[in-house]
Amino acid sequence: MFPPVPNPTTRSESPKFGEQDLIRRSASTVTPPAQRQTEVAKLIDVSKCIGCKACQSACIEWNDTHPEVGINTGVYENPHDLTPDMFTLMRFSEWENPETNNLEWLIRKDGCMHCEDPGCLKACPAPGAIVQYSNGIVDFVHENCIGCGYCIKGCPFNIPRISQVDHTAYKCTLCSDRLAVGQGPACAKACPTQAIVFGTKEEMKQHAEGRITDLKSRGFSNAGLYDPPGVGGTHVMYVLHHADKPEIYAGLPNNPRISPIVEAWKGVTKYAGLAVIGVAAATGFMHYMVAGPNRVSQEDEEAAEKLTGEDRRS
Amino acid sequence: MTNSWTDIKNTDLVVIMGGNAAEAHPCGFKWVTEAKANRGARLIVVDPRFTRSASVADLYAPIRQGTDIAFLLGVMNYCIQNDKVHWDYVKAFTNASYIIKDGFEYKDGLFTGYNETKRDYDKSSWDYVIGDDGYAQVDDTLTHPRSVWNLLKAHVSVYTPEMVERICGTPKEKFLKVAEMISECASPTKTMTSMYALGWTQHSKGSQNIRSMAMLQLILGNIGVRGGGMNALRGHSNIQGLTDVGLMSNLIPGYMTLPTEKEVDFESYMSTRAFKPLRPNQMSYWQNYRKFFVSFLKAMWGPAAAPENHFAYDWLPKLDVPGYDILRAFELMNQGKMAGYICQGFNPLLAAPNRKKVTESLSKLKFLVTMDPLDTETARFWENHGEFNDVDSSQIQTEVIQLPSTCFAEDEGSLTNSGRWLQWHWPGGTPPGEAMTDNWIMAQIHIRLKELYRKEGGAFPDPIVNLNWDYADPGEPTAEELAKEINGKAYANVYDPTDATKVVVEAGKRVPSFAALRDDGSTSCGCWIYSGCFNENGNNMARRDTSDPGETGAYSKWAFSWPVNRRILYNRASADLNGKAWDPSRKLIEWDGQKWSGYDVPDIAPTAKPSDVGPFIMNPEGVSRLFVRGMMRDGPFPAHYEPFESPVANLVAPNVRGNPAARVFKGDFEQFAKPASEEFPYAATSYRLTEHFHYWTKHVWVNAVLQPEFFVEISEELAKEKGIVGGGWVRVWSKRGSIRAKAVVTKRIKPLICDGKAVHVVGIPLHWGFTGGAKKGFGPNSLTPFVGDANIETPEYKAFLVNIEPIAGPVA
Repeated sequence: MFPPVPNPTTRSESPKFGEQDLIRRSASTVTPPAQRQTEVAKLIDVSKCIGCKACQSACIEWNDTHPEVGINTGVYENPHDLTPDMFTLMRFSEWENPETNNLEWLIRKDGCMHCEDPGCLKACPAPGAIVQYSNGIVDFVHENCIGCGYCIKGCPFNIPRISQVDHTAYKCTLCSDRLAVGQGPACAKACPTQAIVFGTKEEMKQHAEGRITDLKSRGFSNAGLYDPPGVGGTHVMYVLHHADKPEIYAGLPNNPRISPIVEAWKGVTKYAGLAVIGVAAATGFMHYMVAGPNRVSQEDEEAAEKLTGEDRRS
Repeated sequence: MTNSWTDIKNTDLVVIMGGNAAEAHPCGFKWVTEAKANRGARLIVVDPRFTRSASVADLYAPIRQGTDIAFLLGVMNYCIQNDKVHWDYVKAFTNASYIIKDGFEYKDGLFTGYNETKRDYDKSSWDYVIGDDGYAQVDDTLTHPRSVWNLLKAHVSVYTPEMVERICGTPKEKFLKVAEMISECASPTKTMTSMYALGWTQHSKGSQNIRSMAMLQLILGNIGVRGGGMNALRGHSNIQGLTDVGLMSNLIPGYMTLPTEKEVDFESYMSTRAFKPLRPNQMSYWQNYRKFFVSFLKAMWGPAAAPENHFAYDWLPKLDVPGYDILRAFELMNQGKMAGYICQGFNPLLAAPNRKKVTESLSKLKFLVTMDPLDTETARFWENHGEFNDVDSSQIQTEVIQLPSTCFAEDEGSLTNSGRWLQWHWPGGTPPGEAMTDNWIMAQIHIRLKELYRKEGGAFPDPIVNLNWDYADPGEPTAEELAKEINGKAYANVYDPTDATKVVVEAGKRVPSFAALRDDGSTSCGCWIYSGCFNENGNNMARRDTSDPGETGAYSKWAFSWPVNRRILYNRASADLNGKAWDPSRKLIEWDGQKWSGYDVPDIAPTAKPSDVGPFIMNPEGVSRLFVRGMMRDGPFPAHYEPFESPVANLVAPNVRGNPAARVFKGDFEQFAKPASEEFPYAATSYRLTEHFHYWTKHVWVNAVLQPEFFVEISEELAKEKGIVGGGWVRVWSKRGSIRAKAVVTKRIKPLICDGKAVHVVGIPLHWGFTGGAKKGFGPNSLTPFVGDANIETPEYKAFLVNIEPIAGPVA
């Protein structure tokens, strides 16, 4: 059995990670800490998962979200998709293995992958709305979020969701608040079969090795670890029986990478855009110098009063 | 469970059949994943549906519901034909060598002595040949034609792989793969564990389903060993405790039986409970019955139970029928013979079969009392909830009294888990509103009744007014006080039987274990098998030491396991006739020439010589039974019977319908669909989903979110045939009722080909009703037949017939 994360200490300690541990901050620059914290990871072993949804339940309870009681649409997924109130979701796929003719019921816990190279953060235009800590966690800072939804476009896994209540984006925090006091994520704590385990990224990779060996002994010759290099690896990884076909697990991307539009937008386009802004600013200044400031004429005043007056009456 | 949850990690092969552990017991299932991940154990799932358990299995085989006996006798036949038998174990530890009376026979689906009008057997020929010495005659060579082994061999021979395929719909190659994997466990160094639950019990032959696997496990030598056993996964956290303390109409605590009206006095009751050994040197532990029984009567009536009044034997109720099970209770209610009903933690409106009959029966009551932390459907049976409970309230005169009680997390006490562990728990919260503990409610009722009997006399006040009620606060006995009473104490000094000067227990002290109980009234004990749970060492159920020497999975210092903290029952059988472990890597207890010792508490006397004393100490034979004499109502061997409502006729006994020894009330037979009915062509089954627990968790917001709405599951083939789409509405109806549900169309259910006929399965989960936070819905009990198991009357929920059609949704 994977050793459980011990209970937190009751002694007061300095914060585990905070502003000083940021390695990335959306639409702004940070001075990365001299030394990164040990990288952490959550490992989801799909072959051990029984689809009990205890992780979903723990996620709702810990984050105190309030998803609505929905309806049945002919499937086991409930809620039907990730929502601002449901940060993780069991996705069920019935797959008939053409090699064995056996049915396989593939159950994958979906949620934020905490990419090492986070597309959401790169796409985000709001300074400090998305941050990445040096241990690898990608977190949303809601007071900085402007609800533009660019993070969804930037995410290769289609994870963040915008709340219609406070118009900010939500997703799994990897329980950064629990980690800060030495606890593992709520989902890992609740998982009865230890299909979800949590530790350092190195430990998780080692643990996965053992699981893959076991799966290969059971005839899953393509068993493997899902830690996609296209996003620099992830801090949430999967053990898959069929690592050669991640797409059969409810559309897990085969080779996820940040959308080229986002890359271009934040790369070449960004500097080109800055250049355009610079030129526009210079042109404006030149115009001011040459033509002087704008003045409000009598006609302007009358038109404005007429408009606001109409507004008041309507 | 013969073993424990934690012991499952020691197994080589897990067979989940008659249950769905991953779905219904997800936390216990972790030990299966442990065995798989750390030992390379394999998992087989046999089920009509590809379940959540199947999703992590190495091998899944489909089976038509209600045909498990044919499948298991088929595996037994395979093992015998292929010499995959743990011979030393079978010869030494089972009754394979016992000779059976000449009159006994099995023919055309019936055993000798059947009486069709009584639906019962004269079981006199179902017995051993007893020699002049008073012992059963045996033939150690197993060649005697009347030996149990040869009768068994002949009995199972009809269940060939071809026959199994025809009956069960399991493709032959799948069956053979399962049989092969299971048969490998005949090796002394390989074990298999059987995990089963209500998928086996909820049949008209439920007891025999379980017996079939128990027999198979004996043939493979898997009982009493680490990683083996018959492991019943109980459906509630304390349902094991419920049976242990005898909350059945025909039991008293510790699996002793309530007297019948024919047993008019103490001695006539005891005369059939002598349990004289049937073989030399055997312990036949029930020989101590009198000690346990007298101590129980002392716990009930204290000083008022004395030798002069036969320890108040006359105050025990006497049964006039085999039992007042749930089916009989509702039958009596329906006949107007039962006027009041106290429902403590029970929701029969959704849990008892044939809901229409249940509603009618409850409507005839004078009063109904419910004690529950939740607002149950039963408490609201009189309330109109549209189609979900379409009753005319004005026509129901039943007075309903709802007593809100605490839930398990709000009070103190012990819960007995499937592995027989009594685990103490403490309150984690304060009860809301007016909720009171069950102890308080029961005590208050008792005090008031006692006062009424004292004042008014009544027909028979003695059992009530004399009931021992020795608690600090008579209005609310504490959990500790009750636990101490269950443990038992000495009223007078208890002496060593071999040395009359040696005091074993001083007067007033609690007994260390049931070994100290006496039949002279000097001891009391509320439940003998629990004795030792709260002795003078303290509350052993509250122990929380996780040490596990040798990493055997025994965890002997965690809580208390009955009996006497034994973790694996029949553990003597883990060693061979010389007392050495069959499998040295799985040592449990061993004989060192002087005594037994090891990781567990030996179940035979520590000094009992291995060659003399058999491991199955509760049986007068000292060995286990492949043939059960007259103890099962429906036969000494299991035989394949179809469910009462079956999509096909019985292939091995075409003239037999259902289980011939199962009780059917007048009027209920007419409410069964005919075999292979065209009106009701589909084989339905009912089950739990992991998102919910019975009818409780629909009251919990989070659970309601995770599985919000009632649905039924069908195959893609049936959906196509009937024009049903996933997520669309369907109507499902049986001869007894009709329900409306969403349809889940899935590859996980496939039509089964039984004797050339395609049988479609309709799956009906059970978690919805009309109270709570989830969407209102129905339960399978609106459809299920009013018939139970022949031996213990567990209703046949797992196999019945329905029809299905797509319908337009309700008008919003």
